[in-house]
Amino acid sequence: MTPAPPLKYLMRFAALAYIGVLVIVPAGLILWRSFSPGLGQFFSQISTPAAISALQLSLLVVAIVVPLNVLFGVPTALVLARSRFRGKGVLQAVIDLPFAVSPVVVGVALIVLWGSAGAFGFVERDLGFKIIFGLPGIVLASIFVTLPFVIREVEPVLHEIGTDQEEAAATLGSRSWQTFWRITLPSIRWGLMYGVVLTVARTLGEYGAVIMVSSNLPGKSQTLTLLVSDRYSRGAEYGAYAISTLLMTVAVLVLIVQVILDARRARARA
Amino acid sequence: MTDAITLRGVNKRYADFAALDDINFAVPSGSLTALLGPSGSGKSTLLRVIAGLDVPDSGTVTIDGHDVTRVPPQRRGIGFVFQHYAAFKHMTVRDNVAFGLKIRKRPKAEVNQKVDELLETVGLSGFQTRYPGQLSGGQRQRMALARALAVDPRVLLLDEPFGALDAKVREDLRAWLRRLHDEVHVTTVLVTHDQSEALDVADRIAVLHKGRIEQVGSPTDVYDRPANEFVMSFLGAVSSLNGVLVRPHDIRVGRNPEMAIATTDGTAENIGVMRATIDRIVYLGFEVRVELISALTGGRFTAQITRGDAEALALKEGDTAYVRATRVPAIAGSPQSADSDEALAPAKSP
Repeated sequence: MTPAPPLKYLMRFAALAYIGVLVIVPAGLILWRSFSPGLGQFFSQISTPAAISALQLSLLVVAIVVPLNVLFGVPTALVLARSRFRGKGVLQAVIDLPFAVSPVVVGVALIVLWGSAGAFGFVERDLGFKIIFGLPGIVLASIFVTLPFVIREVEPVLHEIGTDQEEAAATLGSRSWQTFWRITLPSIRWGLMYGVVLTVARTLGEYGAVIMVSSNLPGKSQTLTLLVSDRYSRGAEYGAYAISTLLMTVAVLVLIVQVILDARRARARA
Repeated sequence: MTDAITLRGVNKRYADFAALDDINFAVPSGSLTALLGPSGSGKSTLLRVIAGLDVPDSGTVTIDGHDVTRVPPQRRGIGFVFQHYAAFKHMTVRDNVAFGLKIRKRPKAEVNQKVDELLETVGLSGFQTRYPGQLSGGQRQRMALARALAVDPRVLLLDEPFGALDAKVREDLRAWLRRLHDEVHVTTVLVTHDQSEALDVADRIAVLHKGRIEQVGSPTDVYDRPANEFVMSFLGAVSSLNGVLVRPHDIRVGRNPEMAIATTDGTAENIGVMRATIDRIVYLGFEVRVELISALTGGRFTAQITRGDAEALALKEGDTAYVRATRVPAIAGSPQSADSDEALAPAKSP
């Protein structure tokens, strides 16, 4: 259905106004607030010891979470795409669970499980290995909320390429691990990269689950998002804007990579 | 001639469906054998069992005298070509063809030389740096053939290799495959559902139906001496002339009873001549399809005659014509074989 011209323009305006008010104005306002006192101010705010520590911690968490998600995500996607077994439907639903569960609930669940009074509390009490309120807790929370991304991006690609190429490789003498490295992995690479990009974005941006399991000490156990919240609640509003801008810059970079990967994937499919 | 591939008592079931039902079958060395059958007849499963891509529930598979039933596809010495090419999309044509040789860790110079030779053979010289996405379907399939031949397979297995191609390209590739086989001489098994492809390319045809092999023989054997009605009707068009199955091109049409008798018969006997009404005449280029209604039974049947004959007889729709079957294939177990002078096909229970 094509609406009459006046209605068409009205709909366009409404859509643009909606996106403008909800997305562009808030984001633009933060940018403006960050840079209005001058670049010097901005850089001094993002280079305080607490800010550098938060950036390092966020990147460290990404560096741990991404390889783990790839290492477990790809085999899981292979199992889901290539084999039939009882309980596959349940597994599919469980993998989507992190999409449905509120991050705060994830944090609480991790405390119930790994906290010193939790089900696996012996790890901290007897082995002295601190999970909740330490780096492992942040990593576990991040993995929980990012678990589906790699699997959900790789699985449909595996369905699409089918098994023909892998069987062809087998008839040519290729052993299964050779086939994986030479055929399967290159075929799913754009889907996998897309999953990784989504994982990076979500890990950097996660707040709810992380705040529950982090001791939230500036310069020690604060990620970038925790630092933003912390600065804001302590009245250091400008510092919060500056870190927000830093996070947004990362988000924009991720968005650009996402657009490039989308184009690559479309081309690879042709 | 020795047998390159032998299957003994091979069974394969999927749930309650028998894909292969006690298959005993041999492929002579150097032959080009077609596995012909409708979809679901088990022909692709049979090929995949030979390749090791599917494992039979029981029975044995031997290639060049070695029992390979439990040997994975990697070590069977086969080349396999898939219906949808299975091109390695992220590799150039050169890397596709070189794949098997690189897996075998052959020296680079040898690999490059062999790849260039093979691409020359399949008519893809100069395409080395292209990607499969930049090739036409026919070119992709020729690349897949070069890739399969690169590892010097003992047997070449083709699973509906031309099934995804246009009619014209398909015919060109058929002729090309025949020439290639005469050149390379590797034992080849081709799966197809297209009887004209099988008759055109193969020197032996195995007809499959419901997981069983109905008949194995030369193209003329299976066409002229079908083992049963299924083989008869699957290998070409069939007309029922008062209950007797004949090929439409074996029906002679005339204006009077005498003209319906082929001149080579020499006699003027009227035996077997029937009266019929012309219902419809269809011109199909070089041939003419005449649809008739039998005066005796009222049954419909089709005769296929040349354009020249149709013009000489000046056939018109509604006219009365006389017809006679000039050749009745012998089918074991059916009543018409009794009055046929053709060699009897091997007995086969229906």
